Amino acid sequence: MEKNIRGAEAVMRCLVAEKVDTIFGYPGGAIMPIYDALYDFKEQVNHILVRHEQGAIHAAQGFARTSGKVGVCFATSGPGATNLITGLADAMIDSTPVVCVTGQVASHLLGTDAFQETDVIGISMPVTKWNIQVTKAEDIAGAMAKAFYIAGSGRPGPVLVDITKDAQFGMTDFEYKPCEKIRSYSPKPTIQMDDLNAAVDLLNSAQKPFLLIGQGIILSGAEKELVAFAEKSGIPVASTLLGLGAFPTDHPLYVGYLGMHGNYAPNILTNECDVLLAIGMRFDDRVTGDVSRYAKQAKVIHFDIDAAELNKIIKADVAVLADAKEALVHLTELITPKKHENWLGEFRALEKIEHESVVNEAKHPTNGELKMAEVVNLLSEKTDGKAIIVTDVGQHQMITSRYYQYKGFRSNVTSGGLGTMGFSLPAAIGVKLGNPEKTVVAIIGDGGFQMTIQELGTILQAKVDVKILILNNNFLGMVRQWQQLFFDRRYSFTEIVNPNFTAIAKGYSIDALKITERSELDNGLDTLLNSTGAFLLEVVVEQEENVFPMIETGASVSEIRLN
Amino acid sequence: MSMERAYNISVFTENSIGILNRITIIFTRRHLNIESITASESEVKGVYRYTIVVNTSLDQVKKVVAQIEKQVEVLKAFFHTDDEVVHQEIALYKLSTEAFANGGAEKIVREHHARILTIEKDFTIVEKTGQPEELTVLFNDLSSIGVLEFVRSGRVAISKPMKTLEHYLEELEN
Repeated sequence: MEKNIRGAEAVMRCLVAEKVDTIFGYPGGAIMPIYDALYDFKEQVNHILVRHEQGAIHAAQGFARTSGKVGVCFATSGPGATNLITGLADAMIDSTPVVCVTGQVASHLLGTDAFQETDVIGISMPVTKWNIQVTKAEDIAGAMAKAFYIAGSGRPGPVLVDITKDAQFGMTDFEYKPCEKIRSYSPKPTIQMDDLNAAVDLLNSAQKPFLLIGQGIILSGAEKELVAFAEKSGIPVASTLLGLGAFPTDHPLYVGYLGMHGNYAPNILTNECDVLLAIGMRFDDRVTGDVSRYAKQAKVIHFDIDAAELNKIIKADVAVLADAKEALVHLTELITPKKHENWLGEFRALEKIEHESVVNEAKHPTNGELKMAEVVNLLSEKTDGKAIIVTDVGQHQMITSRYYQYKGFRSNVTSGGLGTMGFSLPAAIGVKLGNPEKTVVAIIGDGGFQMTIQELGTILQAKVDVKILILNNNFLGMVRQWQQLFFDRRYSFTEIVNPNFTAIAKGYSIDALKITERSELDNGLDTLLNSTGAFLLEVVVEQEENVFPMIETGASVSEIRLN
Repeated sequence: MSMERAYNISVFTENSIGILNRITIIFTRRHLNIESITASESEVKGVYRYTIVVNTSLDQVKKVVAQIEKQVEVLKAFFHTDDEVVHQEIALYKLSTEAFANGGAEKIVREHHARILTIEKDFTIVEKTGQPEELTVLFNDLSSIGVLEFVRSGRVAISKPMKTLEHYLEELEN
């Protein structure tokens, strides 16, 4: 036990006890005591000074998503805290474990409209898994222990701990006890064997079983268990956007990416399978299309760790509350070994159609301007699908999800549920700091890049080796695509006049190159990947390229359009 | 599935700042209006009990209760239809004492089995416990002599099934 230390020092000791080695943050008045304590912990904890608090939380998200650890960020009260909100909402919907520590005005000033006072507890409540305000130094250790436990357990999520300035200055005896149980919170469901057996019975008698995987596989670390189950059961595997990277895309049982801009075969055959097995995914509307025409012919088995997800969107014939890894171990044990060659053949036949009508041309166009897909395809080849790819939101994101051949576990980081433009650049900073040995490529559109462009300063100061690939079509491309298809080509405020991106990068001492020609692509990507330290490659691509296939809003998955 | 009716949602929570807000925003987010809400300590010290009445569909109330139960500081949440619970409300009626004395109020109070809580020089307070319709009928009857103020508590409800809160708490502890 430490006798009589400041609350601010207690915060730092909690973080060290939780083995936090990286913090993303930005100082300000109400969090100054914590920053003062941080000064004495510089050897143990690497604090990354971001340029905006939104950058801090996205970086913490990127760090968490790829390291399997809880991401941590610091912000001050008022605007510092409100700048975290987008990231909290993003982490909430994408189940990312993050602990945010915010400074708050002194407790006697709460509710007085004091300088930089805002009700961050109230504001962040809908977008945090849990939050708490601490007004006494002696309550800090308990609050921090609960924060880490709640953020990282069960279905992970963001937690915010708001600490008043007097609590940071206050003196307390300190002893850290990690939180191991909260009686009102059950993060580890006990799998009901009856449910499990019902699932196995359905699967064993299925002729056309189909496995949909989501981020739950990654969050529970069930990579090997998934492969073992797929191989024993012979069931074709398709992935949601956030599930990409959970199952090797070159595996013979992998049949593609689901949803609005996903692959042709898995979308169509969702409405042909006889048993649909969903593990660690939540039937997002971008995956299901019209739910009233979604897999109606199939018996649905849904495994999720969050009871509120079961029967939320799709009524399951068998709903099993379970951790994905534990579920897969049991399933593998109980499943009858099978091959489903004919059924798999149906996927391959549709895949061939998609290749002939979309994929081949997209990957290897021979004339016209550069296309996004050929850039991503070549990047995928050059990195052998083993880089960590951090995408932003929009056309480039969907193209990357389609054409990057993810082979590594936790190799895909993107803003899925919230669709936060500006996510990629700061998230990539966090990814690189959590994975210094990996190649980290941030693929970003020209629009999203400018939403958090200030984080180039973080890359400069912290010397973060992020490879930045801007796919510039001088449009807010996804909105433009919708305007073209559904709003009669009325391009209302989607054309964007861009600055000189390479000059901006160079202003931050980041080496940069712009290419516009197909003949420059090979060298351009080599330069990006072989650079020492951060590099920005701007690729100017065709202005009005559309992403296909596509399931229109209100359409069924089986009505996916090829063009 | 889409038929709307009244559901009584019972929520048991830890005693922590903000949990009421966490519960109510679940309704706000789904554009659901709360008809009434009451909260107080339950028979178990430190455990708070909320009774929330909402008009919605079975499908929606199931999802809402699942979201409520998902909150870290919620111990347990249930929903019941009106016929699965015993429920009451309390109402207070403030009348002018002069009107009360002259207006035949005594008969009304007797008929409704209401109680007189206090008689002051200027005003008299009548209390009635019952179901919402009964409280409304009394209000209407008293209106003939003039009601100065009227307040009702919102519903409290106890479900008919016999599993006790302590039983659930034991399950959670283990």
